[in-house]
Amino acid sequence: MVEGIASRISKWVVAYPLLLIASVVMLFPLIWTLSTSLKTAQTVTLREVQLIPDPIQWSNYITIFEEAPLLRYTQNTLYMVLASVAGGVVICALAGYAFARIQFPARETFFYILLSTMMLPHVVQIIPLFVIFDRMGLVGTFWPLIIPRLLGHNAFYIFLMRQFFRGIPLELSDAARMDGCTELGIWARIVMPNSKPVLAAVAIFSIQFAWNDFLSPLIYLGPKQELWTLALGLNAQKGFEGEITSLHKMMVISIYMIIPMLAVFAFGQKYMIEGVTFSGMKG
Amino acid sequence: MLVPIQEFLHRHRTKWVGFAFILPWIVAALWFDLIPFVVNLLLSFTDYSVSTSIPNWTGTKNFNEIFTLDPLFSKSLGNTVYYLALSVPVRLVVALAIAILLNLRIMALGAFRTIFYVPSVVPLVAVSIIFFGMFNARYGIFNQVLILLDLPPVRWLTRPEWVKPAMVIMSTWGFGAQMVIFLAGLQGIPAELYEAAEMDGGNYWQKLFRITVPMLTPVIFFNLIIGIIGGFQVFASAYVLLGPGGGALNAGLFYVIHIYNNAFSYFRLGYAAALSVVLFLIILFFTIVMVRTSDRWVYYGDT
Repeated sequence: MVEGIASRISKWVVAYPLLLIASVVMLFPLIWTLSTSLKTAQTVTLREVQLIPDPIQWSNYITIFEEAPLLRYTQNTLYMVLASVAGGVVICALAGYAFARIQFPARETFFYILLSTMMLPHVVQIIPLFVIFDRMGLVGTFWPLIIPRLLGHNAFYIFLMRQFFRGIPLELSDAARMDGCTELGIWARIVMPNSKPVLAAVAIFSIQFAWNDFLSPLIYLGPKQELWTLALGLNAQKGFEGEITSLHKMMVISIYMIIPMLAVFAFGQKYMIEGVTFSGMKG
Repeated sequence: MLVPIQEFLHRHRTKWVGFAFILPWIVAALWFDLIPFVVNLLLSFTDYSVSTSIPNWTGTKNFNEIFTLDPLFSKSLGNTVYYLALSVPVRLVVALAIAILLNLRIMALGAFRTIFYVPSVVPLVAVSIIFFGMFNARYGIFNQVLILLDLPPVRWLTRPEWVKPAMVIMSTWGFGAQMVIFLAGLQGIPAELYEAAEMDGGNYWQKLFRITVPMLTPVIFFNLIIGIIGGFQVFASAYVLLGPGGGALNAGLFYVIHIYNNAFSYFRLGYAAALSVVLFLIILFFTIVMVRTSDRWVYYGDT
């Protein structure tokens, strides 16, 4: 397509400057975080803008391990992440396959139930779930955070999988079925190897949601600091507005918490954006 | 002879197999969705508390208290509605505007898209902690910049009138996910529509408001619904930014924080369940109204 001169001028006069300004605004909080994380207890309370700290205190990134059990928090968070990914890419994929490709009685009814649980606001589950886990004696343990994830308790992932699996050519699985392959075999050998995009998207979402989860660790782990996740540890680092002298430490933990998510994003950007787009357009 | 038997077995095996595949989900849906939903309804008519092991049936007492005695119910609901009435449209408009700019066939599209998306991958608690620092009245960058510009500094987190604008600013930072969705929607609009409009002499703004925006209404509608449902349930960002008290004079006490406080600070689980039932009905009402009125402004193709 040929662009008119008017549109080319407006692009250079309007679009690029606006986008550049927006980019700076969007990146600024991260730059500020990095900058603050390198300050000292004294320079963090300077009243004037100091984007390049003087002195630059790299040791903040090491001494923080003496102040907060970050490795323990990370380990605890990883339990949730692992349970979430396993439940997502195995259990949800199995259910998604059944909804997409296996005929069984009342399948459509079950699928409507699945869709309606997707619509259910989380807020009506907070209290009763706590009561149920409390009655089971599991409050103050990791299980309430692990069991739902391991069981693939995420209707949205199942829905994503189903939509993707329906697009895989039937001929492939029919041929395997003729050869006496079981449904589990078809799922494992034909469907799963051909579903990398949706598996990657679900794995990335699982990692993100488990890494970011705040409410359920807050409710179930409460005062048990040895079980805390990174999200709880970071929140605890925050004092009152008056105790702002530990701001640089909060920013150090924030950076530690952000970097793995940036890495996930860097490796999975394509699948992530496809997944977000799909869920936003058709979900 | 053998073939029909095999077929029979095969049919029934797949029947069984289908259930086996969804069995973990059935367990999870019962355990974590359906039973809790019913239990929540039942709890809302009781005085259940962690300390009293046997709940007493109290009828509609909780609901009477919510509507007549609890000043923080209307306060927190008002805060929540105020917050989402500001944050949802602002985020939507910014996401749409940036997506439209990015769709002008510009250079370095991928780089811009990445930059705008990155804040959406920052964990929510980290977002709140970062903005907690930036909003600090003395040492935060917002006021330092205001002072540089000779403007009066603002006590973002300690003045009731500034708490919600602060929340809106923070939530707008994460517009990237919506922008990506809009961008995909824009790229799906057929070029013929624009070519036809150009032949009729339509200018840029006419094309924007007569073609682009109407064609995007299904995506806008979907994001609006998701935004409102999510906005009603805002918790972690406000809890971390402002603390469980909800900031100055409860200006940042949002509805789910009110539920949380009743349940886990005062151990009034029955009352908290009743609060959540009320919020559920409010969300349901908004969703139904929006879906019912959507055919007046959402374009679903020429069907």
